[in-house]
Amino acid sequence: MDNLLQKLLPMQPLASVEGRDNDTLMYLIHGLVLILFVGWAIYYVVVLIKFRATKNSKAVESHTAHQISSYVEWFVVVAEILLLFAFSIPFWAVHQAGMPTGKDILQVRVVAQQFAWNVRYAPSGKFGRSSARFLDDNPMGLDPNDPDNKDNITTMNQIYLPIDKTVLITLTSKDVIHSFGLPAMRVKQDVIPGMTTHVWFTPNKLGSYEIACSQLCGVGHYRMRGIVNVVSQSDFDQWIAQNKGIHD
Amino acid sequence: MSGTHDPAHHDPSHSDSSHHHQQSFWSQYVFSTDHKIIGIQYLFMSLFFLFFGFCLMLLMRWQIAYPGHPLPFIGKLFGEHNMPGGIMMPQFYNQLGAMHGTIMVFLGVVPLGFAVFGNYLIPLQIGAKDMAFPRLNMFSYWSFLVGGLLMLSSFFLPCGAASNGWTSYSPLSDIAHDGQTIWLFSMAIIIISSLLSSLNFITTIFQLRAPGMTFERLPFFIWAQLITAFLLLLAFPPLEGAAFLQLCDRLLGTSFFLPSGLFVNGHVYDVSGGGNALLWQHLFWFLGHPEVYVIILPALGIVTEIIACNTRKNISGFGMMRWSIIFLGFLSFVVWSHHTYLTGMGTNITAFFQTTTMIISIPSVIIISALFITLWGGSIRFNLPMLFALAFLPMFGFGGLTGLPLGLAATDIPLHDTYYVIGHFHYVVAPGVVLGLFAGIYYWFPKATGRKMNDFLGHLHFWPTLITMNFVFFPMLIQGLMGLNRRMYDGGATYNFAHGVLFWNVIISWSAFIMFLAQLPFIFNFFYSMFNGEKVDSDNPWHSATLEWATPTPPGHGNFTKPITVYRDPYSYSLEGAPKDYSPQDQKEI
Repeated sequence: MDNLLQKLLPMQPLASVEGRDNDTLMYLIHGLVLILFVGWAIYYVVVLIKFRATKNSKAVESHTAHQISSYVEWFVVVAEILLLFAFSIPFWAVHQAGMPTGKDILQVRVVAQQFAWNVRYAPSGKFGRSSARFLDDNPMGLDPNDPDNKDNITTMNQIYLPIDKTVLITLTSKDVIHSFGLPAMRVKQDVIPGMTTHVWFTPNKLGSYEIACSQLCGVGHYRMRGIVNVVSQSDFDQWIAQNKGIHD
Repeated sequence: MSGTHDPAHHDPSHSDSSHHHQQSFWSQYVFSTDHKIIGIQYLFMSLFFLFFGFCLMLLMRWQIAYPGHPLPFIGKLFGEHNMPGGIMMPQFYNQLGAMHGTIMVFLGVVPLGFAVFGNYLIPLQIGAKDMAFPRLNMFSYWSFLVGGLLMLSSFFLPCGAASNGWTSYSPLSDIAHDGQTIWLFSMAIIIISSLLSSLNFITTIFQLRAPGMTFERLPFFIWAQLITAFLLLLAFPPLEGAAFLQLCDRLLGTSFFLPSGLFVNGHVYDVSGGGNALLWQHLFWFLGHPEVYVIILPALGIVTEIIACNTRKNISGFGMMRWSIIFLGFLSFVVWSHHTYLTGMGTNITAFFQTTTMIISIPSVIIISALFITLWGGSIRFNLPMLFALAFLPMFGFGGLTGLPLGLAATDIPLHDTYYVIGHFHYVVAPGVVLGLFAGIYYWFPKATGRKMNDFLGHLHFWPTLITMNFVFFPMLIQGLMGLNRRMYDGGATYNFAHGVLFWNVIISWSAFIMFLAQLPFIFNFFYSMFNGEKVDSDNPWHSATLEWATPTPPGHGNFTKPITVYRDPYSYSLEGAPKDYSPQDQKEI
């Protein structure tokens, strides 16, 4: 079934737990689109052949067609209510506007700029102070005097994540609006200067996935690319241990 | 109107020159206050802008299909700055993208649907001599022309034209080069033009209807224009205001759209801050979504006229269609934030906008269904205007349907800002609205010129256009589902995940190039038929029941040769007991 759907409606191979619900809705809504379009198309071809002027020289009123059409309209209403209240609104409440539940969550901060993603980890679990004053010294403006920043890791365009662990990524921007798009995880979120936004997901497939900036941010927009590397927990722990306190 | 004339000649509904002194060429064809001449002036300019915007897209399509390859033959004409050695630079690509969108929407499709057909047809279809404010009408046209040419002129600035998308999001647009300033000034002038037109249209429709022309007897086209005019009148002022604020940010050092603490290109950005980047998006889309219906409704009106005439039937559920379009007009003001789902919106607010977005699909479905049902039992004539109108329905319908996945906030997450969005709204606008507008040109051409457009050339225009349009826009939906983003200078080649769908770029681009060739028969046909086309044998060649066909061909100044009284509904076709299969609105006997 999944294979068939994937052939009919090809999307990126899914690599997160939460993305499945999104895919389900994607299949359903396209099913509705398909039914309506094919139904109307069949009617259209029939009506254009049946009532062509060369065959039907005099127009007549009909009432059966009205009946059928009002059934179609009610069908659309019911289908839309269902998709809206059973799928789309709950999905948004949990996955987009909501925060992940549970304690064992990895937190990562991402600061976008023209045309790169700055990534920051706090292995101790505490992010120290950061300020625009220090942006001249380091790309994320980490306060060098704050002891909590000592073990922080910063990278550019590279995010490392352990598999099967929920990650909460906090997004801010230095300059213009960017958008953190990660197609494989079915995640996308605008990154807006002056605001803090976030995304969260649970990667469940090892591999490297591309982050594509999805909001026009200037001449380099097309190459504002980052990589999410999903690795095993032990590889992740090793990477953290090796990079503690290192700022790219 | 001097007192020396015979009183009979003072009849205001009298046609042309008998009571008007001979006008000079300039006041008759250039600085004219006649709604028909103004409509035709708009027609030439909006078709020019449409063609210009289309050509910008063709340049982009070369770069998308063959990123980094020099454009053969003409590439070097664009200068060392934009296309060194014929290879497009990213900043030029972004200029083309922003200007393609701006020109197509504000200078091409909207003026063509609203200003051209509205100007030419509203007085004719309601039985009026002219618009309520003819001089204001002339002012609308000239400000449109000035705004439009100013917009194009920005390509000649040293820094080039605006390059921040047709949506001009802040802060990118606040910190961008001077092309954006010209964009804002041009938009302000174009908006003034639209506002004055809409005031004029509304007043005309309310005040100048012929005796007997009740609101129930107005053709659907007039209803569509009336609602469109209200949308423009109410939705454009916020964008005018927003453009002014962005101008202040750029020129006067204000920070309406600039938050504190911006750090641009390695430096602290020296402004007071405290503004909000999202404010622009909301002001923009408060216009932006009603604007979608400003694009759609005139074409919908045109197609309705043509379908009624060419099925020889009354429009089924005409009353429902009127209520639907009114409802649609109101609702179009409360759906705008489905363009901004991903800006960090909460559950309640997205639930509201998703719900309104789903609700607005219902009147659209009712209108399309009514047109579909009208075909049932009709005596369908497949002439050229009807072919275009018939292509409009499924294409526009498909465009509407592909809007559903974007209207649901959850499925918008993966699709937002991908080629799926491009595919969706182009289905609405290009194979939908533009084909509908072509239908209108072919349909009313005989009224304006006294000649029909050539049938063979028309088919040579229609079929290749319809087929290539689908090869252009359908693959975009596939690319978008795979996550390929829009506004990519290299067509997405940077991203490995997009490589599976990049081969479509070449197919799309070549289809677009062929689509360009398919417009040449139209351009030739348009000018050739104006002077050499087959002459129409009557004032009413399509045997239509609406009032515009009761005028002489072409209608002179003042339109009607006799006083008009309206006796019946606009689509009085195949009435029982009538001698002909159409009963003109102004004839007392059926």
